[in-house]
Amino acid sequence: MAEALTPDKCSALVIGGSAGSLDVLLKIFPDLDTNISFPIIIVTHRKPGNDTLLADLLQNRTDLKIREVDEKEEIVAGCVYIAPADYHLLIEKNKTFSLDYSEKVNYSRPSIDVTFQSAAEIYKDELVCILLSGSNADGVEGLKTVNNFGGLAVIQNPKTAIMPYMPQQAVLNVKKGTILDAVDMADFINKLATK
Amino acid sequence: MISNLIDNEQIETLLSDVLDAHGYDFSEYSPASIKRRILRLYGLDNFVSFAEFRYTVKTDKQYFKRFLEEITVNVTEMFRDPSFYKALRNDVLPIFGTYPFIRIWVAGCSTGEEAYSLAIVLKELKLLHKSLIYATDINPSVLEKAKKGMFPLNYLKGYSENYLQSGGEQDFSTYYAANYTLAKFDETLSEKMIFSTHNLVSDHSFNEFQLILCRNVLIYFDKELQHKVFQLFDNSLEQLGYLALGSKESLDFWPKAKQFKRIKTEKIWRKL
Ligand SMILES: C[S@@+](CC[C@H](N)C(=O)[O-])C[C@H]1O[C@@H](n2cnc3c(N)ncnc32)[C@H](O)[C@@H]1O
Repeated sequence: MAEALTPDKCSALVIGGSAGSLDVLLKIFPDLDTNISFPIIIVTHRKPGNDTLLADLLQNRTDLKIREVDEKEEIVAGCVYIAPADYHLLIEKNKTFSLDYSEKVNYSRPSIDVTFQSAAEIYKDELVCILLSGSNADGVEGLKTVNNFGGLAVIQNPKTAIMPYMPQQAVLNVKKGTILDAVDMADFINKLATK
Repeated sequence: MISNLIDNEQIETLLSDVLDAHGYDFSEYSPASIKRRILRLYGLDNFVSFAEFRYTVKTDKQYFKRFLEEITVNVTEMFRDPSFYKALRNDVLPIFGTYPFIRIWVAGCSTGEEAYSLAIVLKELKLLHKSLIYATDINPSVLEKAKKGMFPLNYLKGYSENYLQSGGEQDFSTYYAANYTLAKFDETLSEKMIFSTHNLVSDHSFNEFQLILCRNVLIYFDKELQHKVFQLFDNSLEQLGYLALGSKESLDFWPKAKQFKRIKTEKIWRKL
């Protein structure tokens, strides 16, 4: 994989992860600046049901506003959005969310690929997507699309991942991107915000 | 990735062909999801070009049937969101106990799992005999399946767990007969159902109901269309009737929402 430059401007950050990603998210959020200039959208695989758990865990660690997405909700900079369990999360041209209860993709709903691809089309070269720990390959195709639209693909260093398979697949299959250790992610995101 | 190559104008032209040739209006569907459905089908069916795809959709009646089936999302479950069914069972349906006759509309019923779930709850509350469930969908193929009341057997374990979580206390397996791959639900349930096509975009109100369920359909519509459909539901609900939406949908931003009162924490509203 070739090293990629960080974009001149970041209009949205999407973070995708599966098994082992909660750990990273819980490390990132306490260190994030609270005046972030773009929305952060989080798509993780989890069971339907205990819906607000992830939102509550993150909210305890930051003053940024954490929200579980409502359908047709407007996307606001400085807000953190969590894809609800059991729906795919899509982004509309008018910067609102759509939810989609269609077939699972990579055995997953929400699927990281679906949101990465949808975001890539809308935010193009002003998009940054981070793929974290996980044990399947959901998100890899999405990162390729992000590349095609000129956005930045960031991959958690598989060596720092509890479940390295997902980031490994991304490193193998995505042409251009940046590999980051879990501990460096908060700093990286804060720097994006000053661009 | 095909979405790089097909722009939004091409999608709009295709949809306007569909309206002209077949009378189905998808122009107020959520653009990102309808585009995703179209590109998915285009990819699945290996057309040589988008132009050829468009031409086939426009001129081939048989293929249009497939288009309609695949563009609409028909994923559904029995007793999806157990807490919702619990609220129906405990807080809504018992109120109909004194009514001589109960009319319920399941709009966007897909293959029927929701209607059968509802019928089971009505039966356990001893209300089914005086109920009629109108189950409608835009897509005729799913209604054919719904009428049969046969669902893949491998899902039944999950459905039965949902049922128990929703407050069901019977042995769920008494409601169906199983063969190798399918569970056929009891005909005493489907006897109380009327299946019919109805397009929420273009068809009118056809009766007055005490309860309307329309779950996980409005997520596919843009805000304006959602508001039109809320008006249609308002016209189709009796005073003090109930409207139930999907777990991520809401009446809140509709200007007339104040004339409805939300029931507890579920997505159920009562018309005042
Ligand atoms: C995801 S399914 C929801 C099924 C079920 N209500 C549930 O929540 O599990 C959406 C259904 O809405 C139907 N639908 C889509 N557009 C419609 C329209 N304009 N009028 C009526 N039904 C429509 C689709 O055919 C599909 O069966």
